[in-house]
Amino acid sequence: MTDTTSSEPAPIEIPEGVWSQPEVDMSAIEEIASVESVRSVRAFASLTYDYTPGLATTRFLRAIKEKRLVGERCSETGKVYVPPRGVSPVSGMPTTEQVDLGLDGTVVSFCVVNLDFTGNAQEIPYVSALILVDGSDIPIYGLVREIPYNEVQPGLRLKSVWVEDSEMTTSFENIKWWAPNGEPDVPASELADYV
Amino acid sequence: MPEEATTSGEEDVLRAPLVLEYPFKRTTGPVIGAFLTALREGRFIGIEDDQGKVLCPPVEYDPASGASLTKLVPVGSEGEVLFWSWNQSVRDGQPLDHPFAWAMVKLDGADTPMMHAVDAPHEVMVTGLRVRAKFAEERIGSMDDLLCFEPVS
Repeated sequence: MTDTTSSEPAPIEIPEGVWSQPEVDMSAIEEIASVESVRSVRAFASLTYDYTPGLATTRFLRAIKEKRLVGERCSETGKVYVPPRGVSPVSGMPTTEQVDLGLDGTVVSFCVVNLDFTGNAQEIPYVSALILVDGSDIPIYGLVREIPYNEVQPGLRLKSVWVEDSEMTTSFENIKWWAPNGEPDVPASELADYV
Repeated sequence: MPEEATTSGEEDVLRAPLVLEYPFKRTTGPVIGAFLTALREGRFIGIEDDQGKVLCPPVEYDPASGASLTKLVPVGSEGEVLFWSWNQSVRDGQPLDHPFAWAMVKLDGADTPMMHAVDAPHEVMVTGLRVRAKFAEERIGSMDDLLCFEPVS
């Protein structure tokens, strides 16, 4: 798949000594020389995978279809990981205990996004945050909305905002975004282990 | 995350297609840009090398001497199959959705061939076959503007 942006600005002048291709002689092809030149192409490099998330994340995705967030606990450290990968990254042991988490969470850190990049559907600026879901020990990424971007701060309490029940699938995209839940902020000292 | 998950029998583990796409934007430079501009206009151009031979598709540098090439020249939209290979199992993203020949086509006025699809039955394919370019109706200045070659009837 390719397409072309024809409304390109004229090429900038390249400083002396910097490599550039020489001008071409188009005198033999005047009909081409007289129309607007193609200067760039879109070249999509597309990789199609047959993706399987594995057994533990399958359990997580099945639960999320039922509007539940489920983590899995490390038997040695007691830490709860979400989304679960089936193994504790600390002890290397399988995580066998499933733990029901809350549907609320706390901002651990965040980023105000001001750049509009290709494929991005969000209006800028928006806030992408690391959110510690209640009952878990590792934050997940989420979009924070329903609050001005400059009022987001670590410790902000959030609720998850979900798609309609009829639209629920085995996808993390069931959570549309996160929004303030009205509870008082969590003191930064309580988040020290998660930053 | 899977967009549309399905279950694979015995393991009961989810599975789904996942497409990772990088929307690269590339500058063409003046030579390839002129070639794509010509395609958009429904024609071909080549470039003259040091010896006066015409290379099509055009390249920026002489393959033998490495000298910069700049002299763009018109090339015909018909040509001759120099050699070819039959593609029975067509894959996604290939120019045609049914079996076709990959062929090296030397266009009239060019001295080098370009590789592209020839849309012809297997029994019609032969070395020396005369073919004509088939262009897309809506052209935007990309390789996709050239759909394939077809036998000259």
